Amino acid sequence: MVSSRFLQWFHRLGSPRGFYEISGKWLPWLSLVTLVLVVTGLVWGLGYAPQDAKQGNSFRIIYIHVPAAFLALAGYYVMAVAGAIGLIWRMKLSYMVMKAAAPLGAALTFISLFTGALWGKPTWGTYWVWDARITSMLVLFFLYLGVLALHYAYTNKDAANKAAAVLALVGTVNIPIIYKSVDWWYTLHQPATIKLTGGTSMHPDMLQPLLVMIIGFYCFYVLSLVLFTRAEILHRERRTRWVGDLAGAGRGGN
Amino acid sequence: MAFQFDSARDFLIMSGHGPFVWAAYGVSLLVLIYLVAGPLLRARARLREIRQQNAAQNRRRKTAGPDAASDAPAANR
Repeated sequence: MVSSRFLQWFHRLGSPRGFYEISGKWLPWLSLVTLVLVVTGLVWGLGYAPQDAKQGNSFRIIYIHVPAAFLALAGYYVMAVAGAIGLIWRMKLSYMVMKAAAPLGAALTFISLFTGALWGKPTWGTYWVWDARITSMLVLFFLYLGVLALHYAYTNKDAANKAAAVLALVGTVNIPIIYKSVDWWYTLHQPATIKLTGGTSMHPDMLQPLLVMIIGFYCFYVLSLVLFTRAEILHRERRTRWVGDLAGAGRGGN
Repeated sequence: MAFQFDSARDFLIMSGHGPFVWAAYGVSLLVLIYLVAGPLLRARARLREIRQQNAAQNRRRKTAGPDAASDAPAANR
């Protein structure tokens, strides 16, 4: 049985003001955990993990490349689900989260492509190749930008929200393509080393810092998404009284 | 687990892969910092803007006097 107090809190979390106030309390902890995990993972991966037998030290780029790629993919589902919830339940906050997820996902996709290019040069001899995985990641990057751009293409906020949500949902077909591209087509990019089931082919001394970084990046994603959402809330709710009071100049808006 | 490099210099050079590794890490960290600092600063700027607008509105109301008709609503943005 779910207590009614929890339901009340959950309901409050679903309103822009509630989300703003509740998330404000979690931010310091979230920032601390994120910082600790990411710094630990970075130091560990850069300095203490063994180098790869074939790739040498360029292998260390994995500690940013893989977490960023994971979050770029997971983040797309966040954005699409937020869009779906907005469309189905017309939930204001959900649309705001969807908009917040766009620049965040785009930046993570960029990091993944950029670090991948720098890893590819010493490993494969080229910064770029139009293979299935890399090309579909580039498509992902443009999808994120497209969702963000649609928000600015419409003057009517409702139309903008709906168009962006539709694009986000249509683009979800790209995600399984990215995942499976290394299995379906011949690609330069290597197949998955971490599988959800069964073991992985990576040595534990290399894998452990990677897991730390992946968890750290998940925390970072939540942190950044919350911050982007809060900024969006302040913008969309700028004429409300609670935001006026928050800004602190006596009498607020309507 | 031991530190994998013999010296700080070796750590920077990374057996010749230094430019790739450090460029990758450097740019990525800048982007990550931007992903946190950007929205924080934007939120702060928006609050400041609202505070200034409210202060301006309050000044106009005071000047008009407590019995005067209320001001026209602030221009829609």
